[in-house]
Amino acid sequence: MSAVWNEVEATRIIRRHSGREGAMLPILHDLQAAFGCVSPAAVRLVAHELNLTRAEVHGVVSFYHDFREQPAGRHVLKLCRAEACQSMNGEALAREILKRFDLEWGETTPDGHLTVEATYCLGLCACAPSAMLDGQPIARLDEASADEIAREIAREIGR
Amino acid sequence: MTRIFIPRDAAARAVGADRVAAAVEAEAKRLGQPVEIVRTGSRGLFWLEPMVEVETPVGRIAFGPMTSKDVPALFTSSFGTGHPLHLGRPEEIPFLKRQTRITFARCGIVDPLSLDDYRAHGGCRGYERAKVLGSAKTVEEVTKSGLRGRGGAGFPTGIKWKTVADTAADRKYIVCNADEGDSGTYADRMIMEGDPFALIEGMAIAGFAVGATKGYVYIRSEYPDAIRAMERAVLLHPFEGFDVEIRVGAGAYVCGEETSLLESLEGKRGQVRAKPPLPAHKGLFGRPTVINNLISLATVPAILADGAQHYADLGMGRSRGTMPIQIAGNVKHGGLFEAAFGLTLGEIVEDIGGGTATGRPVRAVQVGGPLGAYFPRALFDTPFDYEAFTAKDGLIGHGGVVVFDDTVDMAHQARFALEFCAIESCGKCTPCRIGSTRGVETMDKVIRGERTEANLALIEDLCQTLKFGSLCALGGFTPYPVMSALKHFPEDFNRPRLSVAAE
Repeated sequence: MSAVWNEVEATRIIRRHSGREGAMLPILHDLQAAFGCVSPAAVRLVAHELNLTRAEVHGVVSFYHDFREQPAGRHVLKLCRAEACQSMNGEALAREILKRFDLEWGETTPDGHLTVEATYCLGLCACAPSAMLDGQPIARLDEASADEIAREIAREIGR
Repeated sequence: MTRIFIPRDAAARAVGADRVAAAVEAEAKRLGQPVEIVRTGSRGLFWLEPMVEVETPVGRIAFGPMTSKDVPALFTSSFGTGHPLHLGRPEEIPFLKRQTRITFARCGIVDPLSLDDYRAHGGCRGYERAKVLGSAKTVEEVTKSGLRGRGGAGFPTGIKWKTVADTAADRKYIVCNADEGDSGTYADRMIMEGDPFALIEGMAIAGFAVGATKGYVYIRSEYPDAIRAMERAVLLHPFEGFDVEIRVGAGAYVCGEETSLLESLEGKRGQVRAKPPLPAHKGLFGRPTVINNLISLATVPAILADGAQHYADLGMGRSRGTMPIQIAGNVKHGGLFEAAFGLTLGEIVEDIGGGTATGRPVRAVQVGGPLGAYFPRALFDTPFDYEAFTAKDGLIGHGGVVVFDDTVDMAHQARFALEFCAIESCGKCTPCRIGSTRGVETMDKVIRGERTEANLALIEDLCQTLKFGSLCALGGFTPYPVMSALKHFPEDFNRPRLSVAAE
């Protein structure tokens, strides 16, 4: 679970990387790991600490798909939408899962429990279709196993 | 004490390897039978994963695909032929037996983080020989081997190294491109999880050859297991005087392009740089930089250890040595097949891959990732070779082969290629940034049956602009999947559809 924004802690995280060349990405990853997202306050602080403009930092944060301006749900389910998974009916399975939680790609359930995101390749292409739930790889998805994952999450949410 | 080998490879874990390992441990405890579980990389026979191997007096014996339910029978059958999933010696499984494993010689066999294992299986010999040869001769050896960039561009690795070696600077860098974003590829991931010291040794040899003492491995964030393995391996490696740092990407496909990757490493937006200057002259932080694909670097130790000629003797034409072909998608025997260049696409898909997993006929094969062409069966005689694929308006890229059965809608695939380009475009050049989006819109019209002929002409024209007007391969190669789909599967672009295929 990520902590609420804390400038002292954030400053400590940023300074941990001082002396490192091109430290922006490692810093942003660490901040997101600690606080769940890279908020405008974090952008301001990184700019100040690295002696950059806020525009420059915002430019980096907004360029990369991984960095969020809002925290994700407590669980993050990434579903692969790339070609190898397409060839094994991944798109239809993904649609089913989205429909079940009434979500579109990238959205979070209103109770903040689950975010479903698209990903383009997890490198599990010989066992397609694949997914990643909270960093754990899942492959050879079919209707039954996708249903099981959805059911498990739904149970936790109380639906 | 029985030694039992179970992969920790992410794909093996994704299909239950951790549960199998836990079951083996529990069953051994219950029976009071001492076992040592060694978590390895994967052999790359993914339809058999989780594949468990047991050390016996006649060598290792494999079982798979295992589930935790199949574990008790391992013990009751005394790890023998009585087990229904008994596969015999893995080296005798045809898929593995037919391979020439050089880059992947240790993958799936050794404990990835054991230096003793690494040395016992031929590790470090390349580095030691490089030290004896000296730096100039080391570069020469890599040039003589004929090794070309395995990321897709196919540029001779030795020439790249020589350029960096000949450029004077206060600091130089070795950068490993482990931003393996192509769908259908997983060779880099397997090495990082299964034989990380091979990569580090390759980087240390590169550093010695060109005069660099610092290396970066840029790994995509979609590979958390590989990141963990590499972060541990860099703390253990024995190549003194060479420092390796792991950097993690942030979900941008374009960062697999070398100049974009360098920008990202510098902490900036991953936007492509115009060339020249070449990274070999002015790369990371403005210093001369060797930036190589992971497979190129991980192959170097074997080239040095056994000599350039040994490697150059394999292959065909100007494609020397071996290529780890990654067979994926709708295929019966999906997995990593390392072989000398020259197998035909048909052999790879039908013979080695065993046709589709669904049992339906193969209709299209995309080779080389999302920027690679779709080949029909009519081109199955094309040999796996850089030049042969170029001659057929395709590319081998990083060696990914994604198989589709006859239910595939090629207009939908062409649309996806353009959509992917739009999602991942870095935005620096106009053809890629704007052209991809206009392409999706136009393809939607084609799919709806709106002025099909005129809109297809527009797509062709747009592809010309993308091909010749883009700064890098993302925009420049997106026409490959689009135009190959149009050329080889025209019937899919001109038919009424009951429902709109596009979301």
